[in-house]
Amino acid sequence: VLFLIALSALVLGETAAGADFEQDVRPILSGKCFSCHGEKRQESGLRLDRRDTALKGGDHGALLVPGKSAVSLLYLVVTGKHAELARMPRKGPPLTSEEVEAIRSWIDAGAVWPDDAADARAVKARTHWAFHAPVRPKLPSVRDGTWARNAIDLFILERLEREGLRPSPEADEVTLLRRLHLDLIGLLPSVQQVDQYLEEIARDGKQRAYDAAVERLLASPHYGERWGRHWLDAARYADSDGFEKDKLRFIWNYRDWVVRAFNRDLPYDQFVVDQLAGDERPDADQESRIATGFLRNSMLNEEGGIDPEQFRMDAMFDRMDAVGKSVLGLTIQCAQCHSHKFDPLTQEEYYRLFAFLNNDHEEQRVVYTPLDLQQVADIRRRVHELEDGIRHTLPDWEKRLGEWEEQVKSDATSWTVVVPHLLSEADTRFYEQKDGSLLGLGYAPTQFDYVFQAVVKAPELHAVRLELVPDPNLPCGGPGRSIWGTCALTEFKVEAAAESEPGKKSQVAFTGVTADYSNPKRALESIFDDRSGRSRVTGPVEYAMDGKDETAWGIDAGPGRRNVDRNAVFVAEKNFAAGESTILTFHIVTNHGGWNSDDNQNNNIGRFRLCVSSSPKAKASSVPKHVREILDLPRESRSPAQTVAVFTCWRKSQEDLREVNGKIDAIEAGWPEGSSTLTLAAREEQRATTILKRGDWLKPDRSVTPGVPAFLHQLPAGYAPTRWTFARWLVDPKAPTTARVFTNRVWQAYFGTGLVDTPEDFGLQSTAPSHPELLDWLACEFTDGGWGVKALHRRIVSSSTYRQSSRVTPQLATLDPQNRLLARGARLRVEGEIVHDVALAASGLLDERLGGAGIFAPAPAFLFQPPASYGPFNWIDAVGADRYRRALYTFRRRSTPYPPLLIFDTPNGDFSCVRRSRSNTALQALTTLNEPVFFECAKALARRASAESGPTLESRIAYAFRCVLSRQPTPDELAELSSFYERQKSRVAEGWVNASDLAGDPATLRASAPPTQVAALAAVARILLNLDEAITKE
Amino acid sequence: MGIHDLCAEERRRYVTRRWFFRDCGVGLGSIALASLFGEGLRGAAGSVAPGPFAPRAPHFAPRAKRVIYLFMAGAPSHLELFDYKPQLGKLDGKLPPPDLVKGYRAAFINPNSRFLGPKFKFSRVGKSGAELSELLPRLSEVADDIAIVKSMHTDAFNHAPGQILMNTGSQMFGRPSLGSWVTYGLGSETQDLPAYVVFSTGAKGPSGGSSNWGAGFLPTSNGGTLFRTGGDPVLYLSSPRGIDAAMQKDALETIRSLNQRRLGVVGDPEIAARISAFEMAYRMQSSAPELMDLSREPKSVLEMYGAEPGKPTYANACLLARRLVERGVRFVQIFHEAWDQHGNLTHDLKKNCASTDQPTAALIKDLKSRGLLEDTLVVWGGEFGRTPMVQGGGNDGRDHHPNCFSMWMAGGGVKRG
Repeated sequence: VLFLIALSALVLGETAAGADFEQDVRPILSGKCFSCHGEKRQESGLRLDRRDTALKGGDHGALLVPGKSAVSLLYLVVTGKHAELARMPRKGPPLTSEEVEAIRSWIDAGAVWPDDAADARAVKARTHWAFHAPVRPKLPSVRDGTWARNAIDLFILERLEREGLRPSPEADEVTLLRRLHLDLIGLLPSVQQVDQYLEEIARDGKQRAYDAAVERLLASPHYGERWGRHWLDAARYADSDGFEKDKLRFIWNYRDWVVRAFNRDLPYDQFVVDQLAGDERPDADQESRIATGFLRNSMLNEEGGIDPEQFRMDAMFDRMDAVGKSVLGLTIQCAQCHSHKFDPLTQEEYYRLFAFLNNDHEEQRVVYTPLDLQQVADIRRRVHELEDGIRHTLPDWEKRLGEWEEQVKSDATSWTVVVPHLLSEADTRFYEQKDGSLLGLGYAPTQFDYVFQAVVKAPELHAVRLELVPDPNLPCGGPGRSIWGTCALTEFKVEAAAESEPGKKSQVAFTGVTADYSNPKRALESIFDDRSGRSRVTGPVEYAMDGKDETAWGIDAGPGRRNVDRNAVFVAEKNFAAGESTILTFHIVTNHGGWNSDDNQNNNIGRFRLCVSSSPKAKASSVPKHVREILDLPRESRSPAQTVAVFTCWRKSQEDLREVNGKIDAIEAGWPEGSSTLTLAAREEQRATTILKRGDWLKPDRSVTPGVPAFLHQLPAGYAPTRWTFARWLVDPKAPTTARVFTNRVWQAYFGTGLVDTPEDFGLQSTAPSHPELLDWLACEFTDGGWGVKALHRRIVSSSTYRQSSRVTPQLATLDPQNRLLARGARLRVEGEIVHDVALAASGLLDERLGGAGIFAPAPAFLFQPPASYGPFNWIDAVGADRYRRALYTFRRRSTPYPPLLIFDTPNGDFSCVRRSRSNTALQALTTLNEPVFFECAKALARRASAESGPTLESRIAYAFRCVLSRQPTPDELAELSSFYERQKSRVAEGWVNASDLAGDPATLRASAPPTQVAALAAVARILLNLDEAITKE
Repeated sequence: MGIHDLCAEERRRYVTRRWFFRDCGVGLGSIALASLFGEGLRGAAGSVAPGPFAPRAPHFAPRAKRVIYLFMAGAPSHLELFDYKPQLGKLDGKLPPPDLVKGYRAAFINPNSRFLGPKFKFSRVGKSGAELSELLPRLSEVADDIAIVKSMHTDAFNHAPGQILMNTGSQMFGRPSLGSWVTYGLGSETQDLPAYVVFSTGAKGPSGGSSNWGAGFLPTSNGGTLFRTGGDPVLYLSSPRGIDAAMQKDALETIRSLNQRRLGVVGDPEIAARISAFEMAYRMQSSAPELMDLSREPKSVLEMYGAEPGKPTYANACLLARRLVERGVRFVQIFHEAWDQHGNLTHDLKKNCASTDQPTAALIKDLKSRGLLEDTLVVWGGEFGRTPMVQGGGNDGRDHHPNCFSMWMAGGGVKRG
């Protein structure tokens, strides 16, 4: 009985003893009195929700006489014994006798109203264990000194001894090896690995063989896949945008970064810092920038009619939630709308944290593989050599360059920037930028005539310049919105009308056009196929004024060179000004996208600027805007890169350098395509952050500066208001929750439940840890040891606690069904991904390649077509080896989660998840029984067993059994499977089912394994893969 | 303060969630909340197997025991269906007063667009005299069985967040859907079918995707199971080619026996749960096709719904919904994404009503005649309404309007008429 009481205390958290104000009296006051004597109303001048005002009393004098209830006003009025005043509460029923008694006893005991009870939470918060940095606890002493292998065991055993329990015996060797494989790499040991392990035990002894296995697994690249996946749950990783369009997004580089980070054992503090602020690291590189994808995993809404700013804010809320759950272990998201109801986090503090994250460009960045990077370095070196050669062969190059600079500066046509407004119904929203350009965000229809209008006051108008401007918020930096950051301009038309006669528009007859660059004429890329069957092309800028819908100005200069500013100048010999004040209507026709606007098929303009000029001779400038800006700087203050940019621009303009320019072009044409990934980049200018009333982005309140909550560790004075500061703060050794939260989640992954069973919440609403000192010891060991994650794993798996048998004795089933005390090993159904990987590994089909874009694992086609999906999604079942990649690589589409994973509780990435449910359902049974890939695994396993094992039936079944379950079958099991086999063999032989449906193509089978046998064996293999034990870590 | 702010302020003052659940006697609210906030209640003595889906009895006798939610995704025009505005007809073609559009956020249109009068006639129907559109002749026949709520309003005016808000209570993804809460709180009364079944029958899928029926932070198994109206209703229901019925039965018996052995060795009750999951899977392999087989329904019933066996129609889904609740399924939701009439309002509404009015009304009649309507709550509605202002040059479209829309409920103790 005592034990059960202890357990319930464990579950419910520690309860304070005895009657006191907070527990007994305050609830009465707040329930019965505050409505008239509280924050909003103070009848008779009495306010009871604060200590100071309550002790002062109201119009009728002091409320309390400590120690003397009989003369205390409070007692007299609630009992109706006051001579003059009515019984309180005046409205509603009187206090119950228990309530009266509580008040009486409280007054008689001295009426202790704790300090600061106006915010009693503050008291609780000050003493809450998780808000204080962990202190390394003393190791407990235990009676049985022989069981413990390390400190973990001492903490576990001490508790068990207190509860009168004994640890379970150690699990057998094969079970342990299988457990280690599943835990550390998420795959099964092969039959050969099991045999080898048993040999090692015989040779080196149990301990050394075990330690060697741990080291081998920690060094395996699959370790990163297994533990990276855990982090990806918290990072809400997915391969699509979510919301209605739910388009494919490119962020798998981030997923692979996480895997690599685990594999190279990146210390956890750096791991966090890179993900929050890798771009702000002093030595930021491609790798650390990819890491910022963590924050970019938020969903993105690009449905028609949205305000992109609203969904940027939603993404910000999501980022806060993700940081709260994954790193802080605090439910900070509650304070988006109001101060936290339980934890001492004010709404203002929430927005001060928010302000750290609110200053970024949402980049989609081109990144390269290590091989690509070598190639890029090689190209740069060769170009550099050739440019050096120019300097050597042209002794007067500096003089010529100087003259060119002067000429560029002097022959600039005078342009007036025009900032038009959008006339067409707003599918895309355009935001005006400081330079007068417009940046398009939100929905991007693939074929659209964007109509803009502006009033221009000028007597002479002869030219319009359309500048395409790069922007970090456009794909690959823009200037367009295609997945490569390019765009195609189908037509550019301008109409002019006098402001006095707006209805009388006439089309401007352009007589010429120039551009700084046009790609050679070529067929439109296949992703822009509009299913019209027309042959559509991009090419010279003249295509933008040829009146043909099939042709467009193309600006794609190829990888490495396409994401720069471009300009086209349209001139009209005839003045098109309509008097002094002209309404200009601009048609930017972008019809060169594909057929499906709900997919990544747009080829739209991204950021652009319009200028007009009175010069009929105006021409497009071959000197890009960014170079012109450099020319405005004095030479000595230009950076080396800027100097090179100017030189490059100059040499391209020189006729006599045509040959070497051609050589360089040819070299640069070999620039690798790379891939792209979502990252963050700090804006130069801080966005203003305000508190939002009720968390509504349309209701800004007062503004706040970046800062941290008062109840957590503080920042040094004079901190920079950057993400870098925030990231460093998160992993400060003084951070009370960071190390505990991570070690707790690792613990949870091993044992099913964390030491704190609310891994997302270590605040006041969390339940008390089952082993508080163990948690602190693990956290201190973790931080003191340099945040090494592999070391943490080593610590856990080398404990005796971990190595216990997972058998559930009737005693343990009753006393500790949740296994919180760990008197036995954990026995858990493996995660959804591993369910899938186990079948692939056991069957030998598994393709062990690491990394790369998401895989379209086989799935029912209807799921990706309306009406199951909002729009059609191009899910083409993988063929060949890709079909059998680890589930980590299965494409994660948020609105259509991959069913075999969803059914096994894999989260879809809508939001940060640090605790998966572990269900056990009929749909799971149907999946492992009937899903095509699982069935392919059963068939492959049968072939494998036929090919790799001995010739007897028993040896084949036993081999298949060991492929799945690692251990040897018992004689009973073998007998049962053999008799099942015989029954199926005769059914196949009798022709009830077709042997090749189970055995595959007979031509590829060995003579020693005839189709009927393999078919029956496949039926056996299907059984093995469907056993509870197959998908369980024993 | 514009008129919208004033209205919103009034509503805030009087209509709160607490008020709704406390005082409105909404059947679903009382059952779900009562059991959710109660302790883990067990069903009456002698009821079915334990586990997360064991049926749980609420504190109070429930008015609704199951729900059918007809989710009209895309946002149907209340102005053409349920909410007759004669004055709007008179104002047709006129610009709205500045006060009305001050601070008005529209998704696509310039708020200062001309009014568009109702495109269809309304008449008073039933004893209650509810005003219904001529587009809903069949619903008019059951007008006295439904309760129309014309005062709906919402915070979201884009489809995906709007639908997620209606289904989960928040515009932000991640909360459990209504159906998952109900099954979490009340469990299931069927052992052979999922507790929460979803159909999608529109021209597209719902904008919010599967998160509309997701479990959010509740156990994944409380999420809705998407059924198809044709083919295998449940994913992976059929045994693969090469496994015939006898082999499947033999395999399941062998799996059971081996799992049982293992249970004896390791003693983990999870194995027992896995054994029953496989049993349910096996039953589902026969019960689900039986459920889907509409050909056994009498011709009169098929005609009443306008259902044709094998067709992926809304009518079939309505009939299947009735068959599902009959079999103890707790929550059925039909998503019919078809109502986003930015243009083609007249034509598309006619088309949509032609395909949904009859089956919807038939569902009410059918449930009523079987005595099921009493404790089955039927809900009809979308994610927001449509603007009184016109969208598009054709004078035949309406934009998104979060400030007013209509829904209706029937059965489950809802006050009728």
